[in-house]
Amino acid sequence: MAISHEIAAGMGGIRTAGDLVARMVLKGMKLNQAKEYVAQKLGCQVIDLSDSAKMKEIRESLDIGTTLDRKHAANGIAAKMKIAEILDIRIPSVELFKKKLGKA
Amino acid sequence: MNKKDELYFTRLGDGSATWMSKEEIREDVLRGMEDAVDKGKTQPLDAGDIEHLVDILTAAEKNVSVERGNEGVCTFDAGTLKLTVRAGLPVDRVTALSIHERAICSDTMELCNTDYSYKALKNIVQEEAMAMEQAQLNCIIPILYGAMPNLGLYTKPDGPYENWAELLPNGKIQEALAAQEQASEQSKKDMIFVGSIMAEAGACGLQFDTVGASGDADALAAFEAASVLSQKYPDLAITMGMANEFHLGMHGRLKFQGERLAGQYPAKQVKTAEAAGAGSFGLVVNTNSSRSLAWNLSRSVTYTKDTVRVAGIPVLVNAGMGVGGIPLTNTSPTDATTRVAKAHLEIGKADGL
Repeated sequence: MAISHEIAAGMGGIRTAGDLVARMVLKGMKLNQAKEYVAQKLGCQVIDLSDSAKMKEIRESLDIGTTLDRKHAANGIAAKMKIAEILDIRIPSVELFKKKLGKA
Repeated sequence: MNKKDELYFTRLGDGSATWMSKEEIREDVLRGMEDAVDKGKTQPLDAGDIEHLVDILTAAEKNVSVERGNEGVCTFDAGTLKLTVRAGLPVDRVTALSIHERAICSDTMELCNTDYSYKALKNIVQEEAMAMEQAQLNCIIPILYGAMPNLGLYTKPDGPYENWAELLPNGKIQEALAAQEQASEQSKKDMIFVGSIMAEAGACGLQFDTVGASGDADALAAFEAASVLSQKYPDLAITMGMANEFHLGMHGRLKFQGERLAGQYPAKQVKTAEAAGAGSFGLVVNTNSSRSLAWNLSRSVTYTKDTVRVAGIPVLVNAGMGVGGIPLTNTSPTDATTRVAKAHLEIGKADGL
């Protein structure tokens, strides 16, 4: 069912900007407002957010993670640290990681 | 082939296939909507919505999707139960999360335990926190932690309190009310305890699943716990998924911030969730397995549109087995699942699932 829903109605996760829009929605932003916010932060159009070709370019240039891994590419917590900075939000696991490094 | 002579392929609420005429489908759409209007006091769908829903249900394609630009965000309650337990795949939970992130391209995921109740998690929460820390190091998508209030676990013999489901039929009303109040208070404390540890382990969010499953006392525990946690951890995204389209008044007198919980339908449930500090609301409408997909989906979408109309927070429709119009079967047919998803986003204007 997860696959059906994601294909039929989902944003597409890290294949597109799904995770980024989801972070804003989970913080309480309505969907359209969240899309506009993320598009503005990424410097693209709202329609680009669900375009996997466009978002692959954007995600690779910002180094915030893509579905296919690449050598030296940011992954996991490293990608999230960049996402937090780009979206100007606090991500709990990033704050925890920084605290562990003595940088909080 | 979705059309044979003048009949369209569709489903019943139990997932079985059936063929219905367009007029029969339209009739069931109207009846389903009327049920929501009558019982839930919702606004009806307009004529355009009804035709759009009939078009979705009678579309020629086997599986459908939203039009470009109408995509929403997907969350997955009890996410790590699906691959590792239900599907029996020999992978651990962090691997399951990675599969969802990289292969299924989920927008978010949820770490959870097989014993999916906050009371049960008290004993193993430190290990759950370790799993969450591991998951957060490896994943990019938001990872929530989820479980159910499941107030029934607090009754004897599993818990310390008398079972109100046995007290009530025996006429022991005061004892039943007291038992629910005690259980609710303990459940609240347990959810605050578990939620705090998971928040401090770096969880992106916390999910309260099937809020109100044991009635209004169950719901009260969840709303009170969410209220405390949302203030204690402002960066924690709290999402609250209901158990039913109304809170059953097993107690009947319980209030949250002055509002009686018993009998609340989604338009009021969402305002309660907002007041409790939730960042998003999981609307639930139960599927009637004897009715058609058209009836069930129309009823569900009517509630969705009405809830979205008044909601100050995002509405993420619960569209899993037996809810949201999805058939009541372990493996929902994709033709039904995709039609449910499309209808809730395009007609209901939900923010996601």
